[in-house]
Amino acid sequence: MTPKRKKRLLLIVLMIAGVATAAGFALKAFNENLMFFYTPSAVSNGEAPVGRSIRVGGLVTTGSVRRQSDGLTVEFDLTDNAETITVQYTGILPDLFREGQGIVALGKLQDNLRFVADEVLAKHDENYMPPEVADALDAAHKAGSGMPAESGGAP
Amino acid sequence: MIPELGNFALILALCLSLVLAIFPMVGSLNNTPGWMAMARPAAWGQFFFTALSFACLVNAFLTNDFSVHYVALHGNTQLPIIYKISAVWGAHEGSLLLWALILSGWTVAVSRLSRKLPIEVVARVLSVMGMVAIGFMSFMLFTSNPFDRRFPVPLEGGDLNPLLQDFGLAIHPPMLYMGYVGLSVAFSFAIAALIGGKLDAAWARWSRPWTTVAWVFLTIGITLGSWWAYYELGWGGWWFWDPVENASFMPWLAATALIHSLAVTEKRGAFKRWTVLLALLAFSLSLLGTFLVRSGVLTSVHSFAADPARGLFILIFLCIVIGGSLALYAWRAPAVSSGGGFDLFSRETLLLGNNLLLIVITAFILLGTLAPLIYDAMGWGKISVGFPWFSAMFVIFTPFLALLMGIGPLARWKRQDPADLARQLRIALLLSLGAGILLALPLLHEGSLSAGLAVALSVWLVSTQFLSLRQRLKYRKGLTGLLRDLGSRGSGSYYGMLVAHFGIAVFIIGITFVTQFDVEKDVRMSPGQSLELAGHTFTFEGVEVVPGPNYSAHQGSIRVYKDGDEVALLQPQKRTYLVQTKPMTEAGIDAGFTRDIYVSLGEALGGGDWSLRLYYKPFVRWIWLGGILIAIGGLLAASDRRYRIKDLATEPAATTAAARKLASARSS
Repeated sequence: MTPKRKKRLLLIVLMIAGVATAAGFALKAFNENLMFFYTPSAVSNGEAPVGRSIRVGGLVTTGSVRRQSDGLTVEFDLTDNAETITVQYTGILPDLFREGQGIVALGKLQDNLRFVADEVLAKHDENYMPPEVADALDAAHKAGSGMPAESGGAP
Repeated sequence: MIPELGNFALILALCLSLVLAIFPMVGSLNNTPGWMAMARPAAWGQFFFTALSFACLVNAFLTNDFSVHYVALHGNTQLPIIYKISAVWGAHEGSLLLWALILSGWTVAVSRLSRKLPIEVVARVLSVMGMVAIGFMSFMLFTSNPFDRRFPVPLEGGDLNPLLQDFGLAIHPPMLYMGYVGLSVAFSFAIAALIGGKLDAAWARWSRPWTTVAWVFLTIGITLGSWWAYYELGWGGWWFWDPVENASFMPWLAATALIHSLAVTEKRGAFKRWTVLLALLAFSLSLLGTFLVRSGVLTSVHSFAADPARGLFILIFLCIVIGGSLALYAWRAPAVSSGGGFDLFSRETLLLGNNLLLIVITAFILLGTLAPLIYDAMGWGKISVGFPWFSAMFVIFTPFLALLMGIGPLARWKRQDPADLARQLRIALLLSLGAGILLALPLLHEGSLSAGLAVALSVWLVSTQFLSLRQRLKYRKGLTGLLRDLGSRGSGSYYGMLVAHFGIAVFIIGITFVTQFDVEKDVRMSPGQSLELAGHTFTFEGVEVVPGPNYSAHQGSIRVYKDGDEVALLQPQKRTYLVQTKPMTEAGIDAGFTRDIYVSLGEALGGGDWSLRLYYKPFVRWIWLGGILIAIGGLLAASDRRYRIKDLATEPAATTAAARKLASARSS
């Protein structure tokens, strides 16, 4: 092996080692940061893990938004028209948060089937339904246990 | 009538892009000058008809022609004129038309500014751009025609999404598209070079200014988007790792790698195949971005309602472009000679490291962005990748990038004595370590460590750029030497680099300080109540209703005091737009060089009480200041005189490099 080739080989080995180490750490962190999506039905059936960051999505039940005395903590019901769970959130809700609308909440499930959200997402476009929520409504509808999904969702 | 004219012009533009795609390319392959000469007129014709079509759509918005479906959905008689115009690209169909217009604009620019290039190169480049145009125009005509009519004609339009009724967002998409589409020029040059089998320094020199200009637009577009999100979304965030933001950031990273790699190819003739691959990658990522935004497959703040037919079309188009260009690459690239060799310690190696890091970051962002799609397709469940992961990936790799950025400009091409380099860097290392420790020590609370690191990296960047400048001006005397150097050939790209790297230093400070030291509080306040936050007193004076041109607003008044003196009167609004009846938050911001005070209204809680967000954001402006500096650096580099000197354009790099060396030796 010529010295030039040796140097080139060394460079390549260094690069591969560096990238492989980085990729290893990144993928490990990736798995820890994955947030799975659950429907209210799945949460009710106990499929969702407790104490891990997850997302839930559905429609906000009309008339269910309750505000606690501090003015910033809100509780509301989230439904996929089959099952309903309670979501608690402290902070200012997004502008487009409304009863009857599809939202996605990020947070953790407490033991008592109460979902504590760190973040509530409602979309810019009120005719726009997050794809997960649209699918959840469809699934619940197909299972025959729910009312038909409301119109206004994604086609 | 006029919308039909627009539609007809669009069809003609498609026909001309077919002509542009086929004849010059075939002509260049069997060496028919007449066919190759068709490239320029076809490019002009394509531009003319696309512009005409665009003008027809603008006219439809200005005259409130609600018989056009797209205008009926997004236009309104009450819209201020500027938003009637920006409404043209406020949604799917019109933004595609804008995309096509910009693409044909770039095509004409290439045709106009390529006088010195060999005709077969011009023919091939314009032809490839014509092929891209075919994709977009047929996409528009077949799945999303902005000129479709509707019946019955509504009396009033559905109005532009209130979020988009903002100056920042009126110019954000055109800037971003200029960047996305501009990368098609680098792409076309790469394809043309692969077809011609001539990947040389001349090719790199032609591609460089185009790539840099596209990159500048992309930088401005991303910076504007971040700034807009900050003041318009009402919760003070400036980057969300949203799929669509990622879709703009990935081409930016790839293009950043590309402009550095092009420098090596031009100056040293090395990295040829890698540079071509980057050019293909950068534009493919732009197309992927379009696919992600337009198909609505991902949950994103930017998503429009999904339409599977459109998604499928873009996906097929994407496969053709990426698959076709990679196949061509696989076929032709092995024939390309590998360029000049270099030592393990050399500027080439450092730039290779830079490229590697940028591409690794791009790959991880791509993984995080596409993972939800992959998981869903595989039936592994519906996931999203958390904000912290993206941030971690970025924070892990960026310090190494900044380290290399400091060393690179000082290192020599081909071979660098490591001991010599270390001696030069000693001062910068001491300075940055000192500054970092000085800042980290007194603030031994959480966050001080990363703030110290950020300061150390910034000082490192600034001091190494100064060292490099000193080295450059070694034989030129003081300030007059600097001034004379500023006017010389090749100085634009050098000083552009300094300014852009300085922008990175500013950006690092901004991003770290606002992340570590910002204070955010959601509170309930009654009129007359005061609160302390980050050394400031916020007094809430209540909310009143004020009218706007096409909305009515609740406007809060908050006086901010520091040490008893009034600093600002902030008047955040909660607007309700009359047509779409959508609430919109307009933040009240007191902007400052070292801090922003940011207040936005939540909702009425009864009895005159409101929920409010009170934010104190140190150094947040530095993020966008950094972006602006980076863009200015790019402009300086693109305006370098040597790209405009006629007779040198076709000279091989080796001779120009030799000539330059001779010239600089003489001048010193």
